[in-house]
Amino acid sequence: MATQILLNNIEVPGLTGIEVYRKLGGYAAVEKVLKTMTPDEVSAEVKKSGLRGRGGAGFPAGMKWSFLDRKVDKPRYFICNFDESEPGTFKDRHLGSLNPHLLIEGMILGSFALGARTSYIYIRGELFYILNILEKAIDEAYRSGYLGENILNSGYSLDLHCHPGGGAYICGEETALIESLEGKRGNPRIKPPFPAVVGLYGCPTVVNNVETIANLPWILQNGGDAYAALGTQSSKGTKLISACGHIRKPGVYEVEMGLPVEEFIYSDQYCGGIRNGNKLKAVIAGGSSVPVLPAELILRTDRGEQRLLSYESLSVGGFESGTMLGSGGFIVLDETACIVKNLLTFARFYHHESCGQCSPCREGTGWMEKILQRIENGRGTSKDIDLLVHISKHIEGNTICPLGDAAAWPVASAIRHFRQEFEDHVKLQKCPLSR
Amino acid sequence: MLEGKNNNILFSDEILELANRIISRYPEGRQKSALIPLLHLAQAENGGWLSPEVMDKVAGFLDIQPIEVYEVATFYTMFNLQPVGKCVIEVCRTGPCWLNGGEELLAHFEKRLGIKPGETTPDGLFTLKVVECLAACGNAPVVQVGITYHENMNPGKADQLIADWSDGKERSHTNPYR
Ligand SMILES: Cc1cc2nc3c(=O)[nH]c(=O)nc-3n(C[C@H](O)[C@H](O)[C@H](O)COP(=O)(O)O)c2cc1C
Ligand code: SF4
Ligand code: FES
Repeated sequence: MATQILLNNIEVPGLTGIEVYRKLGGYAAVEKVLKTMTPDEVSAEVKKSGLRGRGGAGFPAGMKWSFLDRKVDKPRYFICNFDESEPGTFKDRHLGSLNPHLLIEGMILGSFALGARTSYIYIRGELFYILNILEKAIDEAYRSGYLGENILNSGYSLDLHCHPGGGAYICGEETALIESLEGKRGNPRIKPPFPAVVGLYGCPTVVNNVETIANLPWILQNGGDAYAALGTQSSKGTKLISACGHIRKPGVYEVEMGLPVEEFIYSDQYCGGIRNGNKLKAVIAGGSSVPVLPAELILRTDRGEQRLLSYESLSVGGFESGTMLGSGGFIVLDETACIVKNLLTFARFYHHESCGQCSPCREGTGWMEKILQRIENGRGTSKDIDLLVHISKHIEGNTICPLGDAAAWPVASAIRHFRQEFEDHVKLQKCPLSR
Repeated sequence: MLEGKNNNILFSDEILELANRIISRYPEGRQKSALIPLLHLAQAENGGWLSPEVMDKVAGFLDIQPIEVYEVATFYTMFNLQPVGKCVIEVCRTGPCWLNGGEELLAHFEKRLGIKPGETTPDGLFTLKVVECLAACGNAPVVQVGITYHENMNPGKADQLIADWSDGKERSHTNPYR
């Protein structure tokens, strides 16, 4: 069995309760850190581990923490991003609902390192049932002395709260999340200033993903070097991959970084191959926002190397022939799936979720949805295909936040790799794959 | 801040206590942070939707301008700005669900209930909504009712769900804090 850091105990009955969690070694990292380490030593271990943010961008966590303005005389905030709304992504939900104390323990460690006295878990409103699980677990942690005043007699005090969203993908973007937490619309802020300097309530703030934070207990218990020994050159540790679509065994898998994509798709330990013995057609490897790749390019790079589940391997070939690890939302399409139709649902999604601040994103996403609907319905023209490319190019890079890019990339990549399928829709005046 | 049942018809005493507890989670003077959680509570108390009157009361409760509440209530998809049926069925329409039976599932609900997304049955029992990815794509297609997820849905399970809510005894949008 491959190394498991996050999911190793996930099937233990009663894991959501603090007693079972502690019996399995839970909160030992908090005991160790609060009794024997300084905040800077904690940050140094995280830096050494090479842990990169698991929310999608893959930014090194230790470096992000080092940007936090520690000089200004203001409270500092540590926020967990549990907005998980990127289509294809359901790893945080899995982890947070089944092992809430792991996330809470990570929040305590991160808050201690950053000097936060009040921390929040921002969770998408649709996941209210997990908010309730987390609040129960937080109550237990308070009662056991891991939260509140003077934790374990260390002199360090911390309050931890959950905050529900109201249904908006954009609130996963960290500055929109902060706005939302302040009780406003989820409009992303123009950066700079970055949250590390001006974040929640104008105070220095770090926002990290659920999975990023859940890695902290292991890193501090076993050391940054032990974590860095796992994975590949630029992708340390393990990664949760939520696999869905046309595979035999959808679910959340923890893989050591560097696992071959082919093994992940076809091994019975993971996805178990394509359903009904069908042929693999395409994969969207890191959530709906990353470029789609046809079967041959997801299994091997254009240089003929085996494609691996790691930041660097998935991006080999740039956007011409590569993609991104993103959030780890692994969507598999078999030969029966229509690329145009799948893309149409994504375009509709981004149009619906655009906050509306930037014209290219607000208008462009709507146009792309409309044109794709036309093509899928058999009323498109060849010009429409070029028009889509044109619009996507004009959104990309011209917006306040990366949602614009996230809307543009799937369109550009689908046409780059599957142009014939778009042409066929136009020529036949219907979807060639519709039942 | 309004207190007690008599001068506050927004929240029952029990919910009022919870609302104040939520406000206390944010720093002094930052009570506006409690707006989204309180809108969830207000919506539950008001039969599953937010009327202008209810939003005004939330504004008064948090000591902010009504426009600040309208801005937020209109931005987030979980807030219903029109009356809804007792049971609100939210069907996921994003790729992983759509390509795994979601489209057929929605058509089934439409046929069984005789309504389109955004509509409510004439008897006031059901409202149908389409929503975007619910972060449960491994168990597509997915439907949400209140805070409950219904996964790996199919027409049979859809019929059962409709049957379970057909007596009209309960509402799907009740206090989400359990
Ligand atoms: C449109 C958009 C949606 C995002 N959604 C999420 C999300 O749901 N969860 C998340 O952790 N990060 C999301 N992010 C990334 C966050 O902005 C941020 O980079 C991340 O929370 C940082 O945490 P990490 O460094 O631990 O990954 C999103 C970004 C964008 C642009
Ligand atoms: S890119 Fe889109 S979502 Fe992001 S700020 Fe602009 S309009 Fe809003
Ligand atoms: S696409 Fe329906 S839950 Fe993700």
